[in-house]
Amino acid sequence: MSGRPRAETRSARRRRFVSRVMTAACGAAVLVALLPLGFVLFYILSKGLTALNLDFFTKLPRPVGETGGGMANAIVGTVKLILIASAIAVPVGMLAGIHVAEYKGTPLASSVRFAADVLNGIPSIVVGIFAYGLVVLPMKRFSAIAGGVALAIMMIPIITRSTEELVNLVPQSLREGGLALGASRAKVTFSIIVPAALPGILTGVLVAVARIAGETAPLLFTSFNNQFWSARLDQPTASLTVQIYSYAISPYDDLHRQAWAGALVLVALVFLFSVLARVVTRRLERMNVG
Amino acid sequence: MITTEADSPKIQIARAPDAPGAAGAPETAIRMETRKLDFFYGEAQALHGISLAIAENSVTALIGPSGCGKSTFLRCLNRMNDIIPGTRVVGDVLLDGVDIYTGDVDVVDLRRRVGMVFQKSNPFPKSIFENVAYGLKINRTVRRSQMAERVEKSLREAALWDEVKDRLDGPAMGLSGGQQQRLCIARALAVDPEVLLMDEPASALDPIATQKVEELIYHLKTSYTIVIVTHNMQQAARVSDRTAFFMMGRLVEYDRTDKIFTNPGEKITEDYITGRFG
Amino acid sequence: MTGRPVSFRNRRRRGRDDGGFRFWTAIFALLVLGVVAAIGFELFRNSSLSIRKFGWSFWKTSDWDPVSGEFGALPFIWGTVYSSVFALLLATPIALGIAIFVSEISPHRFRRPLAFLTELLAAIPSIVYGLWGIFVLVPAVRKVETLISKTPLHRLPLFAGPPYGIGMLSAGLLLTVMVVPFISSVSREVLRAVPLTQREAAYALGATRWEAIKVALRYGRTGIFGAIILGFGRAFGETMAVTMVIGNNPQISASLFAPQYSMAAVIANEFSEATGDLYLHALTEIGLVLFVITLVINALSRLLIWSTGRAPKRRAETPAAAAVPEAA
Repeated sequence: MSGRPRAETRSARRRRFVSRVMTAACGAAVLVALLPLGFVLFYILSKGLTALNLDFFTKLPRPVGETGGGMANAIVGTVKLILIASAIAVPVGMLAGIHVAEYKGTPLASSVRFAADVLNGIPSIVVGIFAYGLVVLPMKRFSAIAGGVALAIMMIPIITRSTEELVNLVPQSLREGGLALGASRAKVTFSIIVPAALPGILTGVLVAVARIAGETAPLLFTSFNNQFWSARLDQPTASLTVQIYSYAISPYDDLHRQAWAGALVLVALVFLFSVLARVVTRRLERMNVG
Repeated sequence: MITTEADSPKIQIARAPDAPGAAGAPETAIRMETRKLDFFYGEAQALHGISLAIAENSVTALIGPSGCGKSTFLRCLNRMNDIIPGTRVVGDVLLDGVDIYTGDVDVVDLRRRVGMVFQKSNPFPKSIFENVAYGLKINRTVRRSQMAERVEKSLREAALWDEVKDRLDGPAMGLSGGQQQRLCIARALAVDPEVLLMDEPASALDPIATQKVEELIYHLKTSYTIVIVTHNMQQAARVSDRTAFFMMGRLVEYDRTDKIFTNPGEKITEDYITGRFG
Repeated sequence: MTGRPVSFRNRRRRGRDDGGFRFWTAIFALLVLGVVAAIGFELFRNSSLSIRKFGWSFWKTSDWDPVSGEFGALPFIWGTVYSSVFALLLATPIALGIAIFVSEISPHRFRRPLAFLTELLAAIPSIVYGLWGIFVLVPAVRKVETLISKTPLHRLPLFAGPPYGIGMLSAGLLLTVMVVPFISSVSREVLRAVPLTQREAAYALGATRWEAIKVALRYGRTGIFGAIILGFGRAFGETMAVTMVIGNNPQISASLFAPQYSMAAVIANEFSEATGDLYLHALTEIGLVLFVITLVINALSRLLIWSTGRAPKRRAETPAAAAVPEAA
């Protein structure tokens, strides 16, 4: 009784050792991934905070070579672009999502789902090229509208998909209840189903906004950049992301510091939207169920 | 699957009353009527030649074993089956003498006039007030000032007013099952229908709630024409004036309730009622 | 109430209950389809000059000289593929490790916070990664490169050339960091879809924890492979971070130390300054190829992820999750 069990124990011991090593390796992977996260956040915070001051939020950029100034127009520009993009993407995305959910299985619905996924995966620079050809060329100038269109194209798939998912979750009994009261399909959708699905749809919109707020590439040749205020939509406009980029690749230290400040503000903005998305979901869900 | 006459047990189709005065036909005015109604789910025929006249201001119960087509028939009366793809209707369904399946009928308005209460209550995730007011709002027939009155009237009709009058703005989902069902009835009544279709309205309720709903039905029939599907025969016997017995998509017998339950004309009917099958 | 005139015939709606609902929502749905088609079509149309002039040699020559009108895009494909493959090789084990740890090993209460943290990586905008790359990563990489160049490793073509810091290594590392959360979040979904019974069967046979995990991995291997491909697609199309650290030099080199160029980077740098239609068309042609390749990659990854069986639908709460293709 002494030969066999010992051999088994040895092999079992080896297997258990391997298991422990691999488990530790997976844990190490998590640490390895969190390391750059920590580094990036640390640098953004430390370099960004030191460069952040009131001027940053209120002043315009100074001419090249001079120190000081801020990114006020860039911040406003980003907000402007987000608004334009949302104005386009939210109705289109929601209605398309509603159609895909309500007419699930039809060829149009299936192909739109596929198209939304394709749209999601298109590199943002390619979207920029498209918006350039679609808006900038006919208008013969860079403009906020062009930038908004490019960003809208990137928002649409996210909104379409989340709308579709949420509308699907609404039980059929609610639809029938509405129809039986003499409401038309349209009324049932917009007065019963959409309100019931609203938390999730709103989350989708906020997630989409968080994504495009940080986009640079599609803006490079659509909304371009602007060192001054631009009130009109058909003019090029500054944006946080493009401004950070142009400062970062410039040879001036002062601009580099401002780039860090801009990065801090940008990350804070993106995180804000992401957190808002979660909070909104929970709040509205609680209201609905009561 | 279409079963032929040869497969099914010998069912003698009830003498379909084509004209008032025929045996089994109601003596009072007819509100809704079907004539030789066939219904198809794709290739499968679910209803065979149903001819049935529903009397005004009465309660008509549809009974029969599961799958006999009574719910399908009910849903034909307000064209709820339209939303299921692949369905087809042959024959006439008349409301006040007008065929509701003709091309120029406004389905939306039809559904307001022929209301429906479902088996499982389905209040909207809104407040109690908003649920009842929903139909009024979409039809835009009522001015805002009168909205509160109408909501109260409907809730009283549904015998729910006293229980909810202090929490009209509270969530409808917070009510008990029986209350939710009465809320759905109030909601259906608010749009002032002429006919009320009820698909097993009490089957998901406890006995006390069931009793309340049944009393409600009894009182409502003075103002509305009610068609109720039920698998509970005692309920049919308690609540209805006329009863129609369905089996395998066919109308076996249709007569005054007291006659059906004491002295049915068909043996099959008698077997079902005495519980010998189904 | 009988004999009441049948008014319900005279309304605007006739026989339908949807009031044009289907029609109007379909219009918007078509719009989405239309955008995708329009993108493809326009990219093709606006690169026609270049396609016609250079044909396939566009992708075989490496002479990119806008001044003389000679455009050879081989360096860009090389740079994109090199950096993406590098990122993939490095990111896959890390991402899988994370996915396994979060879904199989970690105690339940840590799962959501850990998942959230790793997905935070995906929420950071790529320009911020680029900024951090230039000022933090590149100097560090330069130090490492300088060290390596003092060792015999320097003789390998992989580590040849002066230690600039800026170059393929920095770009690859940055891409790795950006790609990890995508691969890991999709892999996690795939692992979640693996039925519990698979692991239970393994444990019942006396498997160690790692062996049971291997069973789950094997079950979900197509989906995981799809996740990896998805990550590859993401690296392929990444623009800003890469363009800020890769050196923007259209040369083909096997060395990690060498500054090189990528497809997305050249478009970002030169598009707004491009003079002349041929130049623009050449850049657009690069964009067209980017579009087609990422399309294929995405379709492929979608197929693979689907085939593992229906992954549980999850509401997209972070950008990483939002990138997960529909697992129907």
